[in-house]
Amino acid sequence: MAGNFDLNQPLVGAGLESPADEEGVHVSFNQLIAEQCQAGERLDGFELQQLDEESRDYVAELGSGFESSGRGLYDIESDDDGRQTDPLVSVPWSSATMKILSSMPSRTIGRSRGAILSQYYNKTLQLRRRSQSRPSIRDFSHSSRPSIRGYGMEVDVIDGPQSEMEKSERLVNNLQNLSMGDRMKMLRGMPLSVVEKKELRRKTLQRDKPLTSSSKIPCCSQLKYYIIIAVRHSWYSWLSFLHSLQLWQFLLKRVGGRFGTGVLSYFLFLKTLLFFNVFLFLVTFLFLVLPQAMHPPELPEERRNFTGLDLISGAGHFTDTLMYYGYYSNFTLRRSCAGQHNTSASSAPDCLSKRLSYNMSLAYFFTIGMSFFITCIILVYSMSKSFGRSFRIDKSYSILAMKVFSSWDFKVIKKSSVELMSENNCTQLKEILAEVVQKKEKTGPCQALWRLMVHGLAWAICIGATAGCVISVYFFSEFMHKDLQRTARLANTNPLLKEASLLALPALVSLLNLLLPGLFNLAAWMEEYHSPSVRTYVALGRNLMLKVSVLAVLCYHWLGRVAAKPSDINLVCWETFVGQELYRFLIMDFIFTLLNTLFGELLWRLFSQRVLGRGRKPAFDIARNVLDLIYAQTLAWIGVLFSPLLPAVQILKLLLLFYVKVSSVMMNCQAPRKPYRVSQMTTIFITLLCFPSFLGASVCVTYTMWSIPPSTSCGPFRHLGTMFQAGKRWVQELEKNNPDLSVVAKVHAYLVENPFFLFVGAGIFLIVIYFYSQVVDGQRKVIALLQEHIEKEGVDKKYLITQLQSVHERKKGISRRLRSQDSGC
Amino acid sequence: MGTTASQLDTLRLLEYEVSVHSSIQELTFLTKQEILHAYQRFDELVPKEVKNRLDYRISMNDVLTLPELKANPFNERICKVFSTSDIKDGSLDFDDFLDLLSAFSDSATLDIKSHYAFRIFDFDDDGTLGRHDLEKLVNCLTGGTDDTNLTPDEMRQLIDNILEESDIDKDGTVNLSEFQHVISRSPDFVSSFKIVL
Repeated sequence: MAGNFDLNQPLVGAGLESPADEEGVHVSFNQLIAEQCQAGERLDGFELQQLDEESRDYVAELGSGFESSGRGLYDIESDDDGRQTDPLVSVPWSSATMKILSSMPSRTIGRSRGAILSQYYNKTLQLRRRSQSRPSIRDFSHSSRPSIRGYGMEVDVIDGPQSEMEKSERLVNNLQNLSMGDRMKMLRGMPLSVVEKKELRRKTLQRDKPLTSSSKIPCCSQLKYYIIIAVRHSWYSWLSFLHSLQLWQFLLKRVGGRFGTGVLSYFLFLKTLLFFNVFLFLVTFLFLVLPQAMHPPELPEERRNFTGLDLISGAGHFTDTLMYYGYYSNFTLRRSCAGQHNTSASSAPDCLSKRLSYNMSLAYFFTIGMSFFITCIILVYSMSKSFGRSFRIDKSYSILAMKVFSSWDFKVIKKSSVELMSENNCTQLKEILAEVVQKKEKTGPCQALWRLMVHGLAWAICIGATAGCVISVYFFSEFMHKDLQRTARLANTNPLLKEASLLALPALVSLLNLLLPGLFNLAAWMEEYHSPSVRTYVALGRNLMLKVSVLAVLCYHWLGRVAAKPSDINLVCWETFVGQELYRFLIMDFIFTLLNTLFGELLWRLFSQRVLGRGRKPAFDIARNVLDLIYAQTLAWIGVLFSPLLPAVQILKLLLLFYVKVSSVMMNCQAPRKPYRVSQMTTIFITLLCFPSFLGASVCVTYTMWSIPPSTSCGPFRHLGTMFQAGKRWVQELEKNNPDLSVVAKVHAYLVENPFFLFVGAGIFLIVIYFYSQVVDGQRKVIALLQEHIEKEGVDKKYLITQLQSVHERKKGISRRLRSQDSGC
Repeated sequence: MGTTASQLDTLRLLEYEVSVHSSIQELTFLTKQEILHAYQRFDELVPKEVKNRLDYRISMNDVLTLPELKANPFNERICKVFSTSDIKDGSLDFDDFLDLLSAFSDSATLDIKSHYAFRIFDFDDDGTLGRHDLEKLVNCLTGGTDDTNLTPDEMRQLIDNILEESDIDKDGTVNLSEFQHVISRSPDFVSSFKIVL
């Protein structure tokens, strides 16, 4: 009496259990249970006897592979029956049950071709119907056990293995009816091997248009063929050359291979900042520097010679160059005709056409405005993308599983780094385990009070230090200001000395930026945070607080003191002075960073290894270095208005910094030992770049443009009340010249100057946010319900399997009795 | 490039395939340059005298000499998963090699990555991650040497916690869907499941 499945196969070790053995695949519950029911009370000799004997020999081997699964399912029964659950004893599952368990669709969906084909058949079906990604309830066929995977699974369960060809045919049918792009995307996304995909594609193309593919082959002459191949060959050589040039590709791979994704994210952030600056530089170069360079204005008589100090202080020779605001003319540049430099606004040469004119002040205003606007859009877009990647709706916390499944960094290549990573993993797993266990323990009130006191003290120290810094910067800047006033009144002063004294304030600020984070680290070490992520956030917060307050004081100094009364320090052009200040700050910051990297890190490594006796090199402090980058970028953004070539300086600085940091990291540091959540930290960094940094810079610039009167004798905005009036005047002129464009002027007046529009816009924005938050809440509830549902399905499954097993046991018992009766007779 | 005649012919053959039929590039997530670069690396491992280079199967030991795979504790599993040879010895031909690079590339979807990650972690090839698989996985993660191993108690507790967190239908194993569910909530997976040649 042959059953539907071939039980006479020898049960070889674990080979049978592999679902890759596709003959055993998809022997379904339905078939088996149906057969058992049909067989019912018949007591003929079943193959189960044979199976039983064989299984006794092999079950021990099977057991070792299956005890885990068997145990999980068997736990309930064993307790009820009081049987021993020693996993080394042969598991009581019969091998038929084992076979069925192993070929259960939930276990084979990842492996068997048939299941993948049907899954993708359904996906292509959905694409064809252009339905939504989540299948609607209507698409489920009716079944007594509606299950989540029902739309894909039914096909597998019902069809047998022989219909894999049919499944493949149906999939090919569906693929043909898709558009080319969709088809390729679907093929690409299938988890099949390239050979199988080629086969599918060949079948699809075969039926499609068999003629067109052959017509692509150049049928003409061999020569033409070789020419084409040669051209392609050179094109690919060029492409691979370009690929190898890809900025810092090899260096980044080495850093990633040795230190992992965390440290790599710092360098990638540096690269991002570089691209922002390149964009800014291109815009200002094309629209401001180039036109002005082609029409140089008249220079004042006293132009100092170049000295070395000028590179650092940005003053002296550089004062009256393209670098600063003061150089730019405020009139419309016109193309000279008849070889004359004709750059005054009043006289209008006859040979000019209006189209060749270039309104410098308008250009300046719009260039700065547009570049800020575009940078804002790019930042917000990348911030939202990054945020979307790292934010998860589901609140359930599965740190251990996530850590174990996704923490191995496949990029790491170096053997010592791999060992280090393994060690880190071990430590982190132990820590997390301890945390999970310890969560139940509660700390006593005395302990809690003590911890609170320690935290309070640490925060007091940090805030006190920050306040001290801020006050010292304020008073020192006031002192320098007064000093400048004094020297301005004196007749004969050494200009070099004056320039050198201007370097004092930047040096002080950079020094404070260098030393105070060390103090914060000490305070954090004293506090002994339990959770490393909290520690990182606190450190970030404190550093941020320091930098924001220092920058705020500096902005007040520049815009509130210097810009308000520039005549006090004998300044003709306060914007140029502010531009120079920012240049000095950038250069000083760079010099101090270099010194810190080259000497500080080296010395610290020697110190910690020799004196403190630690075996390891110090860890690379990612958060602090990124904050330094953000600080420098804020300075650059504030300074673009006053010094259009500042992005170029920043580009050079970042390039140099990259190479210095890479070599320093390779020599002196090791990967951070604390777990570092890369995508979360990247999101935070982009957010920090957008919110305090870019927002602060744009507020500064907007305030300058809106309300501070520009200096009257230099720059593109002289003779204007505020810089903003350049735009206004242009609109008014437009309106004057073309009355039809008065609509534009009116729109401009309403949108930009009327606050009502802003309120309405903000209101709509808030409503949309509220709506989305409600949607997210609803989805959370659905997730919770679905999880409950799946648990109940699991209970169903366990019940069915144990029923199956008990049916087998009964049959075994009956047939044994029969056999003993037979043999007895 | 210092190639021999046969190598150049195969390169041309590959270019022909890549350019005229655009066959391989459309089926993988790799760009044309990456495929060519992969071919160069693959070619270095094929012995010089072989004629039909694209169809040659490199043995697992040779593949494991690649610096990108040498130190990885999962290297043998990776070879076995991507190998399409009949004897399941982990040998790779060029198509398999491209499959491997495509799954580990920058632009591969989360679906593909989680699918292959699941198969790599499934040490006994039974379609789910049982206790045994999880134990082996943790040992690979922690290095397997004596002083970095977890004690049996800790291991048992760790696996119990993992199963509690990720086994939704409570059958004692983590199947593909449950695995993908955990992975989808982990934003670091995509960036760490990458190999760059």
